[in-house]
Amino acid sequence: MAPPLRREDVAHVARLARLTLSEAELDMFTEQLGQVLEHANDMSALALDDVVATAHPFGLTNVVREDVVTASLERARVLEMAPDAQDGRFAVPQIMGDAP
Amino acid sequence: MKSAARIAREVQSGETTATAELEASFAAISRRNGELNVFLHVDQEGARDQAAHIDARVARGEPVGALAGVPIAIKDNLCQIGVPTTCSSKILEGWRPPYNATVIDRLALAGAVCVGKTNLDEFAMGSSTENSAFGPTRNPLDPSRVPGGSSGGSAAAVAADMTPIALGSDTGGSIRQPAALCGIVGVKPTYGLVSRYGLIAFASSLDQVGPLAKTVLDSALLLEAIAGHDPRDSTSLPEPSPSLVAHVEDGVAGLRVALVHELVEGADPEVLEAVERATAALADAGATVVQLSIPEIRLALSAYYLIAPAEASSNLARFDGVRYGLRVDAKNVTAMMEATRTAGFGAEVKRRIMLGTYALSAGYYDAYYGQALKVRTHMIDAFARAYREADLLIGATTPSVAFAFGEKTTNPMAMYLSDVFTIPTNLAGEAAVSVPFGTGEGGLPIGVQLLGPGRSEARLLAAARVLEIADGRP
Amino acid sequence: MSLPHGWEMVVGLEVHTELQTATKMFCGCANAFGAVPNTSVCPVCLGLPGALPVLNERAIDLAMAIGMALHSTISPSTFHRKNYFYPDMPKDFQISQYDLPINAGGYLDLPDSTRVTIERAHLEEDTGKSTHLGGSGRIHGADRSLVDYNRSGVPLVEIVSGPDIRSSTQARLYASELRAILVATGASDGRMEEGSMRIDANVSVRHADEPFGTRCEIKNLNSLRSLQRAIDYEALRQVELLEGGGRVRQETRHWDENLGATSTMRTKEEAEDYRYFREPDLVDLAPDIAWQDRVRAGLPPMPAERRATLSARLVGANDAQLDALEVVIDLGLDPFVHHAIDAGVDPGLALARGANELAAGLEDIARLNRDAFSATLLMEQRGELSSTQAKTVLGELLAHGGEPGTVAAAKGFEQLSADTLGTTVAELLAQFPSEWERYRDGDEKLAQFFIGQVMRITNGQANGKAVVAELRARR
Repeated sequence: MAPPLRREDVAHVARLARLTLSEAELDMFTEQLGQVLEHANDMSALALDDVVATAHPFGLTNVVREDVVTASLERARVLEMAPDAQDGRFAVPQIMGDAP
Repeated sequence: MKSAARIAREVQSGETTATAELEASFAAISRRNGELNVFLHVDQEGARDQAAHIDARVARGEPVGALAGVPIAIKDNLCQIGVPTTCSSKILEGWRPPYNATVIDRLALAGAVCVGKTNLDEFAMGSSTENSAFGPTRNPLDPSRVPGGSSGGSAAAVAADMTPIALGSDTGGSIRQPAALCGIVGVKPTYGLVSRYGLIAFASSLDQVGPLAKTVLDSALLLEAIAGHDPRDSTSLPEPSPSLVAHVEDGVAGLRVALVHELVEGADPEVLEAVERATAALADAGATVVQLSIPEIRLALSAYYLIAPAEASSNLARFDGVRYGLRVDAKNVTAMMEATRTAGFGAEVKRRIMLGTYALSAGYYDAYYGQALKVRTHMIDAFARAYREADLLIGATTPSVAFAFGEKTTNPMAMYLSDVFTIPTNLAGEAAVSVPFGTGEGGLPIGVQLLGPGRSEARLLAAARVLEIADGRP
Repeated sequence: MSLPHGWEMVVGLEVHTELQTATKMFCGCANAFGAVPNTSVCPVCLGLPGALPVLNERAIDLAMAIGMALHSTISPSTFHRKNYFYPDMPKDFQISQYDLPINAGGYLDLPDSTRVTIERAHLEEDTGKSTHLGGSGRIHGADRSLVDYNRSGVPLVEIVSGPDIRSSTQARLYASELRAILVATGASDGRMEEGSMRIDANVSVRHADEPFGTRCEIKNLNSLRSLQRAIDYEALRQVELLEGGGRVRQETRHWDENLGATSTMRTKEEAEDYRYFREPDLVDLAPDIAWQDRVRAGLPPMPAERRATLSARLVGANDAQLDALEVVIDLGLDPFVHHAIDAGVDPGLALARGANELAAGLEDIARLNRDAFSATLLMEQRGELSSTQAKTVLGELLAHGGEPGTVAAAKGFEQLSADTLGTTVAELLAQFPSEWERYRDGDEKLAQFFIGQVMRITNGQANGKAVVAELRARR
């Protein structure tokens, strides 16, 4: 059985998910997510050590495509979607750190 | 309103035109859309062009498809070139996709006319369409009640006779539950039967596009038109679209149907009673009926509310204000992403992103996500055992008829519990149909759910057709 | 460089190589380095809502080829999502192999006969590319960045070595041998300067025979020189820290080429929580034996084998020739050298022209066929072209293609006829009687004087050896 959800867990998860929560939202989410996780504890009673995890319901394998070039999008159409663009590129404010 | 089958037949024979049918659809939309909030966008120009194109082909004697001139409503989580696609979220407001979902291309090939995009719970997360950033959709049968969700707009479009058919998507019941609450037919196809390319993902391993329609035959027509292998979706089944329309009148003689205890457990008495009457109707039509218990179904909700949010937390990461959609400016890119996502997502979406992020995070993965995947396997095995004893399973689609606005919004867990009968099929990757059968409180419709193994759509639709006839819609 | 007495460095390398496919990993956009920004992009590699990935078969072929060359076990594998937010990553997750890579285990034998174990070689996708505006053009201090997604989704293989490397020289040897293997398999062009091969180095130090120390990871080294310098700097930094009574913190460090130093990028505590989980949009990958055999059948000989084959033809080679041999093997130019030797060219000459002129023209090597290379060298060997002329002809063939005889003629490199040479030499002897006298008396140095004079008069068209022969004949 997993430990109960704490307020600081919710705050940590919000940072990971790039969401800002108000104090009231933190309280609300701690309670609501806690309920869902508590409900999920019904699964932990089950001994499933030998069961293989399923990530896909059918056993498809080796789905590939040929290495053949297909049409790309027109650049004007691509950049038209951008909230901000400059010199044919997507523009973003200052990046604080290197990519991990 | 005419059925899709009839419109297509009359358009092909020249008795009516695609344009006339489209104008009738527009008229119905303008009569009730203000009240019901079904369509977020009506593509008048594009639809009229498409209808004119069909009419021109007919006039020249050229072949037109099985859905020739049939107006269809599209859930607004399917990409259509140049047509605003929002997922009912502020974060995508104003975005016009530069590409078509595969199902949109297939509809065009079949001659259908896409009239517009329908409301949904934001990113398909919800069971009432109350989670739309653009206001809730009302149930056409009783505007004080919800139409269900997340494909509430598509179900309401059909129920309000705005279009004979509509596309929805079903991740945990999002086609079947609103179909039940709006008194129409809804099909959740086998995972991989219909391409997901261009369906804005909620939970990739569970999502399927499927039909909503007034009749079983129209569901079959629509599903046949959109199903079949798509090389752009790696999870797409390798076979062509199955033959469904030809089998709609096959009946159920000789089939073994199991009434599953856990698929009616906790349902309102009137719902239970409808399921029992439906089971009896199948027996009358020649099916053998047995009772079955599948206790693993009780774990479905827990597994689902970890797996779906986990996948969603990753699928929805891309909405970061960099490439498309909303951006809220801030001093650096991290702050910009956070401000954008905080302003762009509604509470339910945030709740699920948080839940999924937590379930995948270091230290909790095994207890939550890992365990949920194992439960999923456990459930697949349980269904496989059940299908050794029965060809079809029967149960309720929802525990009750359509509920009132606000009834479950304050308590997310109560809302999640309303998906308890539909979720197991998604986890198993199998097929299910909801078909209206009788009415309950306030004359509101009740949906009966038929479940089958993977690729059993023809059998399911034939059984649904038997219930449709037994319920007085020959 | 060597560490203070008693210390040993322990190094493991993670090498990322872009694969030379026609298209990206998950979509049909061209895998095009240097194209106009955001022209090789589509819904899939831009991460547009609703788009789905489909694996490129050729990328899998090349990944398996790399694995086979590294003696890995080709294994059933899966793809995961590595979740983190970064503007150059369109989906805000990277599709990568995680616990089940396509290539498991393996080893690489270095030319110094050290065996470095390979832990894994897995497939993943590249990110887009950011340009930083304002400040110094580097990420720090910039006020705004621009992103080009042409590189987003380009297939990569990451090759992870065991902690078996014990010096920066050995690290460099490993990287260059691996690069030669990647080039040989056709998986990569091996161009570190263009970023198609990038290296992360895990460095720790210990007293010999003690357990491994705490390691630091130095990210994104993009030349062999940086690799070597960064490892030396980092190992020494750690030794000094430990000798001063400090402790090494596990962290990710950045190498600054100008400062010649590493600095902290991220500590272990700040490490991201990537929330890996199976990519639900892709199915399992399990290449069957037939597929594996097809790839194996297409594998050319690997550098170690080629090195042995070529060096067997260079009996008594000097150090310079051994260096030239490495260059030729690394760059995959040995087929030219073999062809020339087969045609009768002196092995030393063939090697020298391969390691210098061909290596310099590597970009254009597709224009030069082996026959033209051999023919040019034979003309040089026969004295029909001077060495300067032969180099010019090779340069011309690389730049524009063509046939050596035609190119030489067009350049005016007509062979000086024996008659003309004879007349020229005769005139010179008359002009410089005292020099001629000294040469006849055995002062061989004066041969160079006469060669120089002949070259001056003939505008370099004469062949030095022919001049000497003429002088000898008259002595």
